[in-house]
Amino acid sequence: MKIAIASGKGGTGKTTVAVNFVLSIENVQLFDCDVEEPNCHLFLGFNLEKVEDINILTPVVDKTKCDFCGKCSEFCQFNAIAVLPEDVLVFPALCHGCGGCAMVCPKDAIVYENRSIGIIEKSKGGNIEFYRGVLNIGEAMASPVIKALKKHVDESKTAIFDAPPGTACPVISSVQGADYCILVTESTPFGFHDLLLALDVLRKLEIPFGIIINRCDIGDDRVEKYCDTEGIPVLMKIPHDRKIARLYSEGIPFVNRMPEWKVKFVQLLDKIQAQI
Amino acid sequence: MKELTVISGKGGTGKTTIAAALVSLAENAVIADCDVDAADMHLILQPEIIETIDFSGLKVASIDETLCIKCGICKDACRFDAITNDIRIDIYGCEGCGVCAYVCPERAISMIERKAGDAYNSETRFGPMAHARLGIAEEASGLLVAVVRDNARKLAEKYDRDLIIIDGPPGTGCSVIASIAGVDMVLVVTEPSVSGIHDLERILDVADHFNIPAVVCINKYDINEKNSLIIEEYCKDRGIEVVGKLPYDDAPTKAMIQEMTVIEYSDGEFSNKVKNIWENVREKLT
Repeated sequence: MKIAIASGKGGTGKTTVAVNFVLSIENVQLFDCDVEEPNCHLFLGFNLEKVEDINILTPVVDKTKCDFCGKCSEFCQFNAIAVLPEDVLVFPALCHGCGGCAMVCPKDAIVYENRSIGIIEKSKGGNIEFYRGVLNIGEAMASPVIKALKKHVDESKTAIFDAPPGTACPVISSVQGADYCILVTESTPFGFHDLLLALDVLRKLEIPFGIIINRCDIGDDRVEKYCDTEGIPVLMKIPHDRKIARLYSEGIPFVNRMPEWKVKFVQLLDKIQAQI
Repeated sequence: MKELTVISGKGGTGKTTIAAALVSLAENAVIADCDVDAADMHLILQPEIIETIDFSGLKVASIDETLCIKCGICKDACRFDAITNDIRIDIYGCEGCGVCAYVCPERAISMIERKAGDAYNSETRFGPMAHARLGIAEEASGLLVAVVRDNARKLAEKYDRDLIIIDGPPGTGCSVIASIAGVDMVLVVTEPSVSGIHDLERILDVADHFNIPAVVCINKYDINEKNSLIIEEYCKDRGIEVVGKLPYDDAPTKAMIQEMTVIEYSDGEFSNKVKNIWENVREKLT
């Protein structure tokens, strides 16, 4: 089973839930899909080894063959190639690697070379199989790294996807294909508003979901009231506990110091299995 | 005209709280909410929308089933795995490149426009605001950010404002790059947790990569004072100024519930420290 953890708003506790969840259950894989700002490893203390480079194909123009006809630039939807009267400029960071420019070139002047935009790493040893993607600094496209990361899913295990914040393409790439999505929120105006946006995405993608309310005693009761009206399961509530916040700030998963919570995370998995 | 973007790397460190507070302190600013896929600034500023502009993102492929012979040439050519085994378009995977339409021998595929959100020009109690709403499960958030920034510049010209305060998204990718490209300064809001520190290092690398001057503000510094010191030392080593340290306080949450900026809500310690940050940042921008 594949379970994604998302939120809409950032900083609501996705990584906290993901890490404590995998430390409480058996036969599990964890994927840190927040490739722009991956944090899970900070709580797990594993040594990491590189598995692969994530490359995208970027065009290279042979200017001895090119007659500057401009067909490539006309075809490119991403403004990644510009043709001047006697020169061609390629903007690699804008290129999505679709391959269209080479197809339309009448002079066969365009070839592709691999350009690394990020890497996949995995844990060495440890009892949890952990994978993460890291997008290179200055690179724009997170989705190809996330998609490559998820190819390491072992269907015989429970796979947990820690998604990035927001509701745009990196989030969609992270939650797509999941059997279930946990939305971690806080009951504040920002938390609730962004939760509604994330719910819309999951409904459109037809992924079943439930809610975890983090820091449940700050803010007000708007999230619970909404879940009650809509019949959305509230899977867990985590209090605003100074000890949990402190452990988080130091990079210590709270189930390691508060073992009573392990039981609750085992029950969380049971609740999810019962729902789907 | 100057542009300042508030970013963080890590989500939930307090970007919008601080950006909204700065907006209420600045007297001549245009506001741009560039966190277009989870925009929250409007919840505090309650803008009155003056103009709504349709946003069309990238096109999407569409197969005419009556012409398609299921040859699979499009599927083989698609670099984004956006064509299924039964030769249908996965609209969430499609990036709108047009390769499938180009290779189709039956001319069964066309690229169609799709509405991917709305951009808004609005009026708030602190001045003009440009913001947007990305459509549900739509791509092209970076393009929409560029539209919002362009709208903000036009508003600044129209209303003779000399500063644009941009509330940026979390992360380091496409919409962050679009939010900071070419601005005069970024204010990075961080928190003293191991995640906050890790993400700060990466977002400062991004600012460096694009040659944008950065200053740092540590929010909730008293949650872990040892980590706050680590951040201060780190910034000092990089030659980056820490322009303020804000205490953990429930005033921002209470203000948010009242639809107020924290400055409007209270004149306590938190607000006073934000005022100091603003004085400092304004001086650097001029």
